[in-house]
Amino acid sequence: MKRAAKRWITALALGLLFGLGLGISGMTQPDKVLAFLDLTGAWDPSLALVMVAAIGAFAVVFRIARRRPAPLLGGRFPRLPKRPDGRLLGGAALFGLGWGLAGICPGPALVDLGAGLGDVAVFSAAMVGGILLHRLVGAGVSGQAPPDRVAPAPEAVPGVIRQGVR
Amino acid sequence: MPPLLSALVGGLIIGGAAALLYLLHGRIAGVSGILGSAVAPETVDREWRVAFVAGLLLAGVALRLLAPSTVPVGGAGTPLPLLVLAGVIVGFGTRMGNGCTSGHGVCGVGRGSARSIWATGTFMAVAIAVVFVMRHVIGGA
Repeated sequence: MKRAAKRWITALALGLLFGLGLGISGMTQPDKVLAFLDLTGAWDPSLALVMVAAIGAFAVVFRIARRRPAPLLGGRFPRLPKRPDGRLLGGAALFGLGWGLAGICPGPALVDLGAGLGDVAVFSAAMVGGILLHRLVGAGVSGQAPPDRVAPAPEAVPGVIRQGVR
Repeated sequence: MPPLLSALVGGLIIGGAAALLYLLHGRIAGVSGILGSAVAPETVDREWRVAFVAGLLLAGVALRLLAPSTVPVGGAGTPLPLLVLAGVIVGFGTRMGNGCTSGHGVCGVGRGSARSIWATGTFMAVAIAVVFVMRHVIGGA
């Protein structure tokens, strides 16, 4: 099989797996998410376990992957920015505001959208609207292009890239 | 499945899928970033992003058929105008802050990124504060 086909088929499979994980974990239920965020009410702590388990699983495999010179299906490991800045924290605060209002974050929004039309579909459409709005006016609040929008520098060597990931 | 077991299993699957995306593709499984780049025509290497988003939508179809209680599409009874406002803010905020629960909260914290730890602490704190205000100050519960 060609590498390009392998890349999109694995991405499709991993998107499906990721989405099933969101469903099994309870993250796709807005009332459950709001109950998790409601520390002083009838608090549902189970989603904290979801975060811990997901972070732990990622951290273990990430440490193995980082020793490799390149991803298994080609390309390069990304160089990611390290320092927090105002734009990062402002964006995170806005996201927290929206998440607290609706109990839906982007991954579950797409899974629930796939499950059927309803109020969540309205949220998902509005979310894409917000993304497009950021594309239109975001230049003013964006100091730099997001790392995933920038093609990797051809002169980058694996050692440098690994440092960048840390 | 008991709630704590399904939380553990679901979390391991989420982290495992994100980790495999990194190992195979060298990509961070940040849903807001993947979606944002998937809807941008100028994106380099767009196909895998569209495929990942399609996988998430397919997961919704599968859950609807196999475990419908996991995907209530009713939005927790949040009034529609508030849901629209929240959606726009989530879309804008996650692009401005370069990530959401998956990219910062799982992958970023998992690799020990200072940026992601700050971002995750910020959105968790704000979301908890918003729920407190909505339920216990405005709601008067």
